[in-house]
Amino acid sequence: MRIVPLLLSAVCTIALIWVLNKQLPVGGSKTPRLGYFLSPQHGFWQNADAANMDYNGEVRLEGLQGKVEVYIDDRLVPHIYADQDEDAYYVQGFLHAKFRLWQMEFQTHVAAGRLSEIVGKERIKTDQFFRRLGMVYGAENTQRYVEKNNPEMKAAIDAYARGVNAYIKSLKPEQIPFEYKLLDYKPEEWTSLKTYLFQMFMSYDLTARGATTDLQMTNARNYFGYNDFNKLFTNVQDSLDPIIPKGTVYAKPALVPKVPKDVDTAYLNNFSAGSTATSPIVPQKGNGSNNWAVAGTKTKSGKPILCNDPHLGLNLPSLWFEVQISTPTHNTYGASFPGSPAVIIGFNDSIAWGVTNAGRDVIDYYDMKFRDSSLKEYWYNGKWVNADTRKEIIKVKDSADQVENIAMTVYGPVMYDHHYKNNSTNGKNLALRWTAHDAGSGLLTFYLLNRAKNFDDYLAAISHWNCAGQNFAFASHSGDIAIKQQGTFVARWKRQGDFILPGTDSTYAWQGIIPVEENPMIKNPARGFVSSANQQSTDSAYPYYLGAASNFPIYRGLSINRKLTTMTGITPEDMQHLQMSNYNVFAEMARPVILKYTNESLLTADEKKYISLLKNWDLNSEVDAKGPTVFNTIWDSLEAVVYKDEFANAKNNVGWPDDPVLLEALLKDSAYSFADNINTTNKKETIADCMMEAIKRATAALQSIDQSGNLAWGKFKDTRVSHLLKIPALSRLHLPIGGGKHIINATTDNHGPSWRMIVHLTDEIEAYGVYPGGQHGNPGNKYYDSFVDSWATGKYYRLLFIKKKDAVRNQRMKWVITFTQA
Amino acid sequence: MKFIVSIILTALLAFAVGLFTKLPWYSFAITSFIVGIAIKQKSLNAFLAGFLGVAILWIILAALKDIPNEHLLSTKVASLLPLGGSWIVLLLVTGLVGGLVSGFAALTASFLRGKP
Repeated sequence: MRIVPLLLSAVCTIALIWVLNKQLPVGGSKTPRLGYFLSPQHGFWQNADAANMDYNGEVRLEGLQGKVEVYIDDRLVPHIYADQDEDAYYVQGFLHAKFRLWQMEFQTHVAAGRLSEIVGKERIKTDQFFRRLGMVYGAENTQRYVEKNNPEMKAAIDAYARGVNAYIKSLKPEQIPFEYKLLDYKPEEWTSLKTYLFQMFMSYDLTARGATTDLQMTNARNYFGYNDFNKLFTNVQDSLDPIIPKGTVYAKPALVPKVPKDVDTAYLNNFSAGSTATSPIVPQKGNGSNNWAVAGTKTKSGKPILCNDPHLGLNLPSLWFEVQISTPTHNTYGASFPGSPAVIIGFNDSIAWGVTNAGRDVIDYYDMKFRDSSLKEYWYNGKWVNADTRKEIIKVKDSADQVENIAMTVYGPVMYDHHYKNNSTNGKNLALRWTAHDAGSGLLTFYLLNRAKNFDDYLAAISHWNCAGQNFAFASHSGDIAIKQQGTFVARWKRQGDFILPGTDSTYAWQGIIPVEENPMIKNPARGFVSSANQQSTDSAYPYYLGAASNFPIYRGLSINRKLTTMTGITPEDMQHLQMSNYNVFAEMARPVILKYTNESLLTADEKKYISLLKNWDLNSEVDAKGPTVFNTIWDSLEAVVYKDEFANAKNNVGWPDDPVLLEALLKDSAYSFADNINTTNKKETIADCMMEAIKRATAALQSIDQSGNLAWGKFKDTRVSHLLKIPALSRLHLPIGGGKHIINATTDNHGPSWRMIVHLTDEIEAYGVYPGGQHGNPGNKYYDSFVDSWATGKYYRLLFIKKKDAVRNQRMKWVITFTQA
Repeated sequence: MKFIVSIILTALLAFAVGLFTKLPWYSFAITSFIVGIAIKQKSLNAFLAGFLGVAILWIILAALKDIPNEHLLSTKVASLLPLGGSWIVLLLVTGLVGGLVSGFAALTASFLRGKP
């Protein structure tokens, strides 16, 4: 025995194992445990699913009441045939977990502020943000309420959770999804709370921009003064074509909110309050969507057609999962959320429905005065009131816990205080009032829509919807079409909640919620269609304040309504073309303005070249077109030239005017006050001067874009569908798809139609759909991204919506999983 | 002959212990060590036999997953790690990692056992 080599060799062995068993830091992130990750019997190789994988199987589930058969079609869409409703959700939970477990857990971890628990201290800021936003608080409130008031919903959510857990329990250690191995953690038990957390996540994504815009708008008002602010962030939209047609007469409102007497000094013009910085995380501005329904009078078949494409962040695995659920009470198909039971957007034998975001302001800040830094008492209606403290413990991987003590006021949680602040929120305690914190039966809406047979059922179903407010489009086989904006909407006085509100008394509090019957609705209009694209729902005749106009994009709605007005004899194929329309109505209105103020005789040869590309563009933002790149670059340069001088000295984030603000100003006013460059004292610049400067700057930018070969719109825009962890190798990059902002096909670089659906309500429902993802969440499975190319090129799949007896012999059904009682 | 037997035994035992996926991935270090104790060889040969036993095993097991998968996942992982997106390199690295641990465990055993 040679002692030195022995020791050396033993140390080497142990050291090697130690290193290979450890996550090593590499450039800001960590490697997986390499030995584990590469081990063919434990690690990622186990997630390499065979291309011809067999999904047939028999599963025994404890507590299942009847038999459930699941037919899986050639696109990996499960068709659940259950004898009993609760069983159907039990199995839906199991299937969501089977195909999407990691994503379901990850998304609810984000919502619950638990990212640091799995990735470490670099994500503490994200977790703090979500905890202080009251995400867990809101989820708990909702769960408590539903469990007390909606037994059928509770039963569905609990059965769903049992299904998820049955799948998790069936997993052997080597079978856990790929991402768990990559990040080195394990699935935990699923709880019903997670379904409510997911609901909170959607509320956040669709309404919580307000948590940032209110701060920005307050900064902007403080910086510019109310008058200039009102021009830059105007509440007037001349081009608006609202969801409910102009000229509609509204009943007298049940509630008339009282404007506080001191609104001018204490609110609109109250600049003494100082300024605030903005939050670290902001939901996408483009979160919007299109939906419309055309009546039988306008279709070739004489039956209605309903279309919907919700625009959300484009991610892999996708937010959506297709499923058919068939029980004796209902037979429904559509897109479901992994994390929630039932179908969210879809159709059944009798009706179809689709949603777009209402964009109404349901989130406000109140400026609170506390007695001292302990935040135990705050001043409210003339006396000190006790504040509860909510303790949120953030667990951190390989590090100590971080505790957030959040003061709870009459309005809600104090999001910003002396502990959690930005450099300019000093001294401010901002309490958050948000409808998502309020308990409600929102999820019951989808449960009931899945079972709805007619217009009345639809109306009853959506009356439960609270947050985030949606425009629910509807069409029935019996021939009705309708759209209603539904949610918990605050009866506001004008500009209430656009800025931080005073919180020391109840004068500025919400005075009431608009009664459900008064929410904007239209059924079977004479024009033969209903539509929405996130624009303001009504004209100014509606008796309630809808919120700042900057919350509402106007151009997609114009495009849709213009097209639908002229169309007749419509087929589902026509509707596919409309959803994929790349026509830019904003450019149609803006291009003449650009050309009007451009003095071509003063342009250089290079500048002329780009102006001529702009002139010759057919206004369609197609993949190969160069016009849209030129147009967008010139327009962005123009906004920069016009506004940058005014905005440059603002220390805080004051936002940026929306596209319509400049366009509508230039359309009606040739002497725009912001055209003048405030940094030049000897000259008063005109719009024409701005345009020359913008073209000069745009030309420089376009030349460098041109040199790198990216002048074609598709290349310039460079659409991608990113993995939730933003890992390029697991994402789909450089997709050839046109469209963009202000366009019906609203696909930007990382955002756009997340599910396109067309339902023709003929005797046998004829439906089409596609989403930018695939049914399987595993990057090692061929169904991971199998729809992405079809989605990019505008191809649709005929959705297989069939009864069980037909499923048995349908050629497209590839596999069967049978579930029986254990 | 001893060398070949040693490779085969190392691979077989590593495979067997790997079936118990609740045990840590490096459990084969112990079986490779036992083979090194049981079969007396020169140190270099012990190392090589340990190395080749697990390296070949891991490459075969990985390839058995990779080929039916049509290199879909291995190509992604090979660009994530990063190994230039080459599944062949990833297979070799997989073999190398398993092989080294096994080789050193066998080498340690041979030193403990002393000269043949």
